[in-house]
Amino acid sequence: MAGSAGEQTISGYIQHHLTNASVGEGFWTFHVDTLAWSVVLGLVFILSFRAVAKKASAGVPGKWQACVELIVEFVDDTVKSTYHGKSALIAPLALTIFVWVLLMNLMDLIPVDFLPTAAALIAGESMDVIAAGQSHTYMKVVPTTDVNMTFALSLGVFALMIFYSVKIKGFGGFMKELYAHPFNTPWLYWFNFILELVSLVAKPLSLSLRLFGNLYAGELIFILIAGTIGVWQLPIHFLWAAFHLLVIPLQAFIFMMLTIVYLSLASEEH
Amino acid sequence: MNINATLFGELLAFIFFVWFCMKFVWPPIMGAIEERQKKIADGLAASERGEKDLELAQAKATEQLKEAKTQAAGIIEQAKKRGSQIVDEETQRAHQERENIIAQGHAEIEAERNRAKEDLRKQVAALAVAGAERILERQIDAAAQSDIVEKLVAEL
Repeated sequence: MAGSAGEQTISGYIQHHLTNASVGEGFWTFHVDTLAWSVVLGLVFILSFRAVAKKASAGVPGKWQACVELIVEFVDDTVKSTYHGKSALIAPLALTIFVWVLLMNLMDLIPVDFLPTAAALIAGESMDVIAAGQSHTYMKVVPTTDVNMTFALSLGVFALMIFYSVKIKGFGGFMKELYAHPFNTPWLYWFNFILELVSLVAKPLSLSLRLFGNLYAGELIFILIAGTIGVWQLPIHFLWAAFHLLVIPLQAFIFMMLTIVYLSLASEEH
Repeated sequence: MNINATLFGELLAFIFFVWFCMKFVWPPIMGAIEERQKKIADGLAASERGEKDLELAQAKATEQLKEAKTQAAGIIEQAKKRGSQIVDEETQRAHQERENIIAQGHAEIEAERNRAKEDLRKQVAALAVAGAERILERQIDAAAQSDIVEKLVAEL
């Protein structure tokens, strides 16, 4: 946490930035900042898109409608080229994941001290205390740097994977895929089962950790630059932000794409 | 990396957003997009049809123009023929009339001359009778010799 004496240490600074605002104890801790920011961004997504959906007409689209339709069509094309079944859920799911994750990732581009400082000021702490790193108000503004966030997404996807597998192949078909897969001989079923179980569990795990790792690393480097280099940080911030600008939509896209791929694998017979 | 109850909160939020998107966002937007695509496709088809129609109409118009031109040429030809026919007829008629008038004139002149001849003959006869009377005043009775005079008159 923050340096014990008045002087702020770099590790203290970084630690402070990587601590969530939380309520509760042990497992029943809630990261208030992650929850609040993700819900706010989710609402930004659904309300702004809902505004278009309400007025959507086949006539000449407005600028915002055109923009929304561009995103929707992009997601629709991606889904159609990958998922060959018929489902009313996959495309809206992909759209939600893409836009929501993109918005949450974009929070990474807000300079690292702006929102935590603002939050501390609102909480009534003085500027001196904040500058010394002694504030007890924590604020992590990028929800995708919280592993709870990314796991929630990937577990949702995982549940859908199992649901689609069972729905389309039946419970027997789903189990058969688990034990009869690479080696189709009864005495190797136990081995298949271990193998397939690992690969099944690895899917949501890698899905969430990929997003988390990329964003966490990006955030950490922003904090490092802000905490160590002094005045010369500005151009370096700019360079890192420019690079990170590629990572942000890419990770959102990868999460969406893999969701579609996993679900299409789950709903196809082998 | 600490997993805690935040996970459940986010899971709920995720489910809610996906549900909302599936119910209230995706269908109307997709519907509008598909409707517009259909409209555009229809419009393109209609414009293609219109183009074809225009081409057809142009071809028809050209054909009609050509026909009209041929017809007009035919009518002009006919009119010319008729004109020259009328001129011919009229000329012929005028000739006829002229002939008639001339013939009539000739007849009149002939009649006039005959009448004059008759008159002259009569006068000559009278003169001859008068001369003969003078010559034969006393001896010849005009009435007795009238047959001779008459013979003379007939000979003239």
